[in-house]
Amino acid sequence: MLTITDLVKRYGGGDPVLKNLDLTIEGESVVAIIGSSGAGKSTLLRCINRLVEPTSGSVVLNGTELTKLRGAKLRSARRKIGMVFQGFNLVDRLTVMENVQSGRLGYISTWAAIMRRYPKEDIRRAYQLMERVGIAHYADTRADQLSGGERQRVGVVRALMQDPDILLADEPTASLDPKTSEQIMGLLRDLAGELKLPVLINIHNVTEAKEYTDRIVGMRYGRIIFDDLPGKLDQEEMDRIYSGSPHADRSGDLQEAS
Amino acid sequence: MTSIAEQFGREDWSRHTPKQKARRFAIFAVCAAVIAWALTSIEVVWAWVWDSPTQMGDLFGRMYPPDVSNLGAILRILLETVNIATIATAIAVLMSLPVAYIAAQNTTPNRATLWLGRLILVTSRSVNTIIWALLFVAIFGPGVLAGIVAIMFRSIGFIGKLLGEAIEEIDKRPVEALEATGASRFQVIAYAIVPQVMPTFWAVSILRWDINLRESTVLGLVGAGGIGIILQGAIDTFNWPEAATVLIAILALVIVGEIVSAFLRRRIL
Repeated sequence: MLTITDLVKRYGGGDPVLKNLDLTIEGESVVAIIGSSGAGKSTLLRCINRLVEPTSGSVVLNGTELTKLRGAKLRSARRKIGMVFQGFNLVDRLTVMENVQSGRLGYISTWAAIMRRYPKEDIRRAYQLMERVGIAHYADTRADQLSGGERQRVGVVRALMQDPDILLADEPTASLDPKTSEQIMGLLRDLAGELKLPVLINIHNVTEAKEYTDRIVGMRYGRIIFDDLPGKLDQEEMDRIYSGSPHADRSGDLQEAS
Repeated sequence: MTSIAEQFGREDWSRHTPKQKARRFAIFAVCAAVIAWALTSIEVVWAWVWDSPTQMGDLFGRMYPPDVSNLGAILRILLETVNIATIATAIAVLMSLPVAYIAAQNTTPNRATLWLGRLILVTSRSVNTIIWALLFVAIFGPGVLAGIVAIMFRSIGFIGKLLGEAIEEIDKRPVEALEATGASRFQVIAYAIVPQVMPTFWAVSILRWDINLRESTVLGLVGAGGIGIILQGAIDTFNWPEAATVLIAILALVIVGEIVSAFLRRRIL
């Protein structure tokens, strides 16, 4: 279970990007976070695994407070948080297998990693997952030889190799064509069910969010202003989430949000 | 249809305004003046310049035919020259890795190490190989060791600088992704940074080996080993036919080095 309490993130001395945000993710649900660009979706996700340092507040994953961790403790907490990126963030010059195994770096020694001597069970698990998403035949192919959809599958498998307690996906389909994008969303939903894994997805495509997720969280300039079943997201709510300008919201027009 | 020219009565256009033109002319005039001043300030004995074709013919006459009686010794020391370049490049490549790491803004541990890295790079690069060689001949005495260390010192700055720049230009997104998996600092370097700078690493190493091959041929002039010693000896004793053989040998070596490095570049990159 992931519990975010009173989370604030402020870059430099400006207005906060996240304003006293509360969010709880339970069980194995697939949750979509929607909202216009600049609403703080990416920052929220990155505050969870501390790629972005929260200014204040608390993030608790299965009883572990993440915001106070440092060094080795932070790294071992990160092992349990898988992340999928918009730009896939693969290492282009490494093979698919090496990219996939890089999800296990937190578990193996640096020497074993450099020598590419992966544990047998990791290799077996990698083949299983690659088979599951349909990229097993690419194991020895360099990552930059793959198409966008295939590259994102590598990204998903890398995250799952971590044996995570939660999966974060930051616009996982924004760089993909519509058809591939639906395949990836379907894959994320199915894998969440199979692996009993909660998944938190930032997404721009509201239609996909409604179709593939169990719950939708609507963000508007640092606040959550909608949190309900996909069926409850009607046009009026949509307008509320996507209307307004960052400037108006940040400089005093706060009555409706608070 | 009315064009802009008809509408506004404009039919003249120039790239620069009169003020810009004046400034450009002034800059040009200053450059010309500097060169003219430089030419007049060096003392050229023009009689020797006009005499040079005769002297050149004379020198060639004394060099021809090249004396190959000492060819065995020349080839042996030519091999030594290659070895100096190769050993020095290999060690310099290894030593430049940590320097590049601390001299790159995105990997250096802190500001102190960044400046230390830059200091090493600047020191190494601003001193010519021959000057380094003079220094190390004084320390280690004449011979191959001084030559190897001299070339090494010059190469560390060159390789470190280019490699450091390659590290600064990497795609940061895979780095972020691997940090998110809980990988340690060294694991991130090994998986996200090293693969990205590998092409530059090989290209720079080969290029430096190529340069070092040329530089090692002149080390002997200051007593730091290599073919230069024989050349110096031949010139000092007016043994021009042998000097000719040495020069041809050096030329052949440089051409072979060029071919080898071009081949390696094609194979590796």
